[in-house]
Amino acid sequence: MTATAENAAPPFIRLRGITKAYGIGDALTYALHGVDLDIAKEDFVSIMGPSGSGKSTCMNILGCLDTPTSGQYLFGGLEVSRMSRKQLASLRRYYLGFVFQGFNLLNRTSAIENVELPLMYRGTPAKKRRELSRQALKIVGLEGRESHTPGELSGGQQQRVAIARAIVTSPAVLFADEPTGNLDTSRSHEIMELLVGLNQEKGITIVMVTHEPDMAEYSKRIIHFVDGHVATEKEAA
Amino acid sequence: MLFNTILLALRDIRRNVMRSVLTILGIIIGVGAVITLVTIGNGTTAQVTGQIASMGTNVLMISPGQHRGPGQDSAAPSFTLQDVQAIRKEIGSLKAVAPVVSANATAVAGNKNWSTSITGSSNDFFIVRNWIIESGRTFEQAELLTGRAVCVVGQTVRKNLFAEDDPVGKNIRLGKVSCQVIGQLQEKGQSSMGRDQDDLIVMPLLTVQRRFSGNRDVAGIQLSVEDSGSTEQATEELIILLRKRRHLADSEEDNFNVRDTKELAAMLTGTTKTMTALLSAVAAVSLLVGGIGIMNIMLVSVTERTREIGIRLAIGAFEHEVMLQFLTESVVLSSLGGIVGIIIALISSYGITLMLELPFLPDFQIIIIAFLFSAAVGVIFGYFPALKAARLDPIDALRHE
Repeated sequence: MTATAENAAPPFIRLRGITKAYGIGDALTYALHGVDLDIAKEDFVSIMGPSGSGKSTCMNILGCLDTPTSGQYLFGGLEVSRMSRKQLASLRRYYLGFVFQGFNLLNRTSAIENVELPLMYRGTPAKKRRELSRQALKIVGLEGRESHTPGELSGGQQQRVAIARAIVTSPAVLFADEPTGNLDTSRSHEIMELLVGLNQEKGITIVMVTHEPDMAEYSKRIIHFVDGHVATEKEAA
Repeated sequence: MLFNTILLALRDIRRNVMRSVLTILGIIIGVGAVITLVTIGNGTTAQVTGQIASMGTNVLMISPGQHRGPGQDSAAPSFTLQDVQAIRKEIGSLKAVAPVVSANATAVAGNKNWSTSITGSSNDFFIVRNWIIESGRTFEQAELLTGRAVCVVGQTVRKNLFAEDDPVGKNIRLGKVSCQVIGQLQEKGQSSMGRDQDDLIVMPLLTVQRRFSGNRDVAGIQLSVEDSGSTEQATEELIILLRKRRHLADSEEDNFNVRDTKELAAMLTGTTKTMTALLSAVAAVSLLVGGIGIMNIMLVSVTERTREIGIRLAIGAFEHEVMLQFLTESVVLSSLGGIVGIIIALISSYGITLMLELPFLPDFQIIIIAFLFSAAVGVIFGYFPALKAARLDPIDALRHE
C-alpha cells in the first residue's frame, strides 16, 4: 500500500531525513536521527518503541507542536518545515487533532467548555459549538458529565474528554500519544474501538504512539522506533 | 473575533476566582491607600492654611521678656500705654495697634457659668486679629476712656452662657463685676495650635486694668502692618524705638520680644508639608506593596498559565489571539481593581475627613496616577510572561515546569 502510494502522487504525510537535536556543544544529543516515514490518507498507524526511542518526539513534529532541527516534512503536498508559526497554527486549527499523554485539559473548566475550545478558535457559532461538543462527549461515553471539571473526573474520563476535544472538529489527522496509558483494559479496548470507528467511518487518519502490543493490533500498520529512527515497518495482523 | 476573545478572558477571570480576587486586592490596596492618604493630607493642609488666615495677616506681637525656649521666659518690666502711643506716633505703615492685658474669670449668666479668659484692649484689637462683629457693636470712645463694664463675647462663651439666645444687651457677671454684653464675635474655630479661639471675652483695656489686674501695666502689644508695608521693617523700627524707651544700653540684650505671625505661619506650613510628605511616602509604600502583591500572583501563576497557553496553541489558537486574551484579562482585572479601589478610597477618606472635621479635597491627579500605576503593574505582569510563553513552541509551553 505504501509502495503504490509512492509511485503515484506524494503520500498525505511524508517525512524525509527528519532530525531533532537538543542542547548545544558537547551536550548536543539527537532524539531523532533522520526519520523517513510515509503515511497515507485514512491510514491508522501505531508507533511503538522503547522509552527514549524518539517516538513521542516524532509524533510532536508530525502534530506541528515541535519543529525539527533538519529534514523535510510534507503535509498534503505542503512543505511544513518552511511554514511560519501562524501557518502552523492554522494547520493545527483546521486539520489536526491531538490527544496528549497527560490529557492537558484546562483546569477549573467544564468538560464541555474544554471540548468547545478548538471550535471557538475556528469561529464556530455558539449553538453549533454546543451541539458538536455534546455529540463528541456522547461518542466517548461521557453523556451527563458535560459540566464536570477535570478535577471531578477520573483519569480515564479525563482521557476521554481529551479525545472528544481532538475529534470534535473532525480533523483530517488525529494524533494520539498513549491514549490508553491511563486506562484499565476494558476501557482501553473501548477507546481503541472508538478510534477504529473514527478511522473507518469518518476516514480520519490516525497516528498513535503506544507501548502496548494489544492496542497496536487495532491499527493497520505498526512502526517500531529504535534510537531515533524507524527500525521496522509492518502491516498489522 | 474580538468579542470571542473578550468572552474567553471574562470566562477565565470567572474560573480563577482566587487569582482574580488576589490581583484585584493588590490593586485596591495600592490605589485605595494612596488616594485616602493624599486626600487626608490635602484636607489638613487646607485647614492649616485657613487657620493661618484667620489668625490675621501681617500681625506683630510684642511681649516683655525674651523667649529662650519653653518655660525660660526671662522676667522684664511690662509696657505702658505711653509705649503704645509712641508706637502709634513714630512708626509708619501701621494699620492698628492694640494694647492687651489678660485675666481669667468665671462668667455667670442666669444659672449658667463658664470659665474663660478676658482680654482688655481697644477697638484696634478687632482689626489686628481679624475679628468680625456678628451682632451688636464695638466699644465707644467714652467706654474706653472711662473703663465702663461692657464686653464683646466670642461664640464659645455665647453658646455656654446663652445657648441660642442673642446675648446683646444682656448682663453677665465676671467675678464681682457685672458687665453688659454689647456685641458678639463671628466664629473662627480652632487655632492651628488646637486652641479654641472663640473662647474669649473682650473688654475695654482700662476696665480690665482696674477691675481685674489692679495696675496700669500693658502686658502685650499686638499690631498689624498695612498690606503694602513690610513686617520686617516694622519689626526693626519697633526694636529701635522700644530699646530707646526702655533705656537699654548697647551692651544689653532686648528685654522684650517681637514675634511676626508670618514666621509662625511659615513654621506651621512647614510642619504640614512635612506631614504631607510623610503621608505620601506611606502611600507610595502601599502602592509598591500592592504592586508586589499583583506581581507575585501573576508570577506564581505563570507555570499554570504557560501550560494553558501551550494547550491553546496546540489546539489551534494563534499567538495574537492568546495574547489578546491575556491582555484583555489583565486590563479588565486591573481596571476593576482600580475602580473598586477608587470608590473605597473616596468613601473612606470622606468618612475620615468628616470625622476629623477636615475639608474633603480629593486630588484627581493622584487618583489617576495611582490608578495608572497599579493598572500598569497588573497589565505588565499579566501580559509579558504570557507573551514569552506564547512565543514558545507549543510543546515547550506544555512541558513548562
